[in-house]
Amino acid sequence: MNFLLDYFTSLNPMNFLTALPGNIAQGVIWGIMALGLFITFKLLNFADLTVDGSFATGGAVTAMMLLAGAPAWVAFLVAFAAGILAGLVTGLLHTLLGIPDILAGILTQIALFSININIMGQANRTISASKYTLMLSLRDVYTAIVVALCIVAVLIALMYWYFGTEQGSVIRATGSNPKMATAQGTNIGFYKIVALALSNGIVAMSGSMMSQYQGFADINMGRGAIVIGLAAIIIGQVLGEAIFRKHFNFIVRLIFVLVGGIIYYLVIGIILWLKMPTDDLKLFTAVIVAIFLAVPYLRGKSKNSFKKLAKTNKKESAAQEVEKDA
Amino acid sequence: MLEIKNVYKTFNAGTVNEKVALSGLNLTLNEGDFCTVIGGNGAGKSTMLNAIAGVWPVDSGMIMINGKDVSGLPEYKRAPFLGRVFQDPMMGTVADMSIEENLAIAARRGKRKTLAWGVSKTERNVYREMLAEFDLGLEDRLSSKVGLLSGGQRQAITLLMATIQKPQLLLLDEHTAALDPKTAAKVLELSDKIISEHKLTTLMITHNMHDAIVHGNRLIMMNNGRIIYDEAEEAKMNLKTSDLLKKFSEASGGQELDNDRMLLSE
Repeated sequence: MNFLLDYFTSLNPMNFLTALPGNIAQGVIWGIMALGLFITFKLLNFADLTVDGSFATGGAVTAMMLLAGAPAWVAFLVAFAAGILAGLVTGLLHTLLGIPDILAGILTQIALFSININIMGQANRTISASKYTLMLSLRDVYTAIVVALCIVAVLIALMYWYFGTEQGSVIRATGSNPKMATAQGTNIGFYKIVALALSNGIVAMSGSMMSQYQGFADINMGRGAIVIGLAAIIIGQVLGEAIFRKHFNFIVRLIFVLVGGIIYYLVIGIILWLKMPTDDLKLFTAVIVAIFLAVPYLRGKSKNSFKKLAKTNKKESAAQEVEKDA
Repeated sequence: MLEIKNVYKTFNAGTVNEKVALSGLNLTLNEGDFCTVIGGNGAGKSTMLNAIAGVWPVDSGMIMINGKDVSGLPEYKRAPFLGRVFQDPMMGTVADMSIEENLAIAARRGKRKTLAWGVSKTERNVYREMLAEFDLGLEDRLSSKVGLLSGGQRQAITLLMATIQKPQLLLLDEHTAALDPKTAAKVLELSDKIISEHKLTTLMITHNMHDAIVHGNRLIMMNNGRIIYDEAEEAKMNLKTSDLLKKFSEASGGQELDNDRMLLSE
């Protein structure tokens, strides 16, 4: 018992609060990554594992551009372009060579691991905020949050617009019913490539922001990105549907992907505050995602259950028996 | 209008599952022909429509639409010439897009996709009027997701999508087979109306011999991947179901009609 008491008295709420802004900043940056993933995972119905690689590519390109003396915003745009190229490769592997979606993504991802090392010349590069003018940095967390929120606001507005246009509609149709899209004259291969390129471009942008925020780019910074992105999308969807119900329209869906990212990092913040070992973070991530995936399913099942119906019917017939006897 | 010349298609060639689906198929449709297609299971009816639509390349032979050889074009490049309605009501529409979004995609079939808004205000009004004519109560539900509609309603939407731009050829692949009899009759009536209004050249597969006789101006029967019987105009109108059954067993060399559905649905 003493052990438990010691544990709880050792937890200082102030620690959680001081870490809070940092968690929010990271949540917003990963939220951008999740918005990129949203395009392939939700709209195109394509499980794209390229993102683990393209996120790190964004960071690697940004670091090298900054080291070469380019302004941060140029590095940011070049990272976007590099991400587009990564998506293009996955798209071509899938459409031209007929490689299934998951495999095409994995191939690009594994290739990017080598490419990222080649870009950086080593496994990691430091870009110190004191030497370079960065777009955002953890040295000034509040400004970082504002900058990241501005970027995400522009991104959400652009995505809302694009997926409402003729091109965007066709991408959504391609993801949802490729047979119909083809019958309506859509070259679905072309639009899959467009969507994959856009998606990975956005993911690389998020990687660029993350490397600037943390002050370094690392070959492993994208490891598990897909799971964090999925976590954000799914947490956002579950919460958004619970709150907005029928009014959960496209713009709200996009905003809730961002919200999902922030919430994910708040949960991670709480876990760290509870002094759980950092090595176990990936395990917790998996548990969080599993819970959010399972909740809507289990809720639906409890509303619509064979067992429950059998029980109710049994009870009712028992009650009728009793009535008859009486 | 449509010319199919000596078309062959074999699936899974060289394996145990080898199936000759089209075997020297020849067919010429005139402008404005409304041709019904009947035949047993595996006769090659759907294969013929898929060959015209370009779902896959045929092994040999030529398919011409309005004098243009389309056999070398992929499916999406032939789509501008064709309107298609499938047997499965789920197939022709996107469930998680609204009615107006589905119609808007069809209205842009074969056109360059721009960055203009996917559905404009003016076209919304046009769609409302078009749906009002259908009399299915869909005109007030333009922004409803298509997935919420019944199979019959979805099939009606697909029919409107297929004809929203006048196609050079309309392909109906048993498009009422998955519907209940009352809804099927309604969709068929709609099809008739649209086809005669726009004078559409049409190929309609049906398993219902009565429908095949009553609708359209021409009837073809298929067996073993080719056309075994072709009747048009008055001679076709005077046909009876029993005639068709007799023709079928004659042409197929005494082979029994293996499709119970055809026998039962008089």
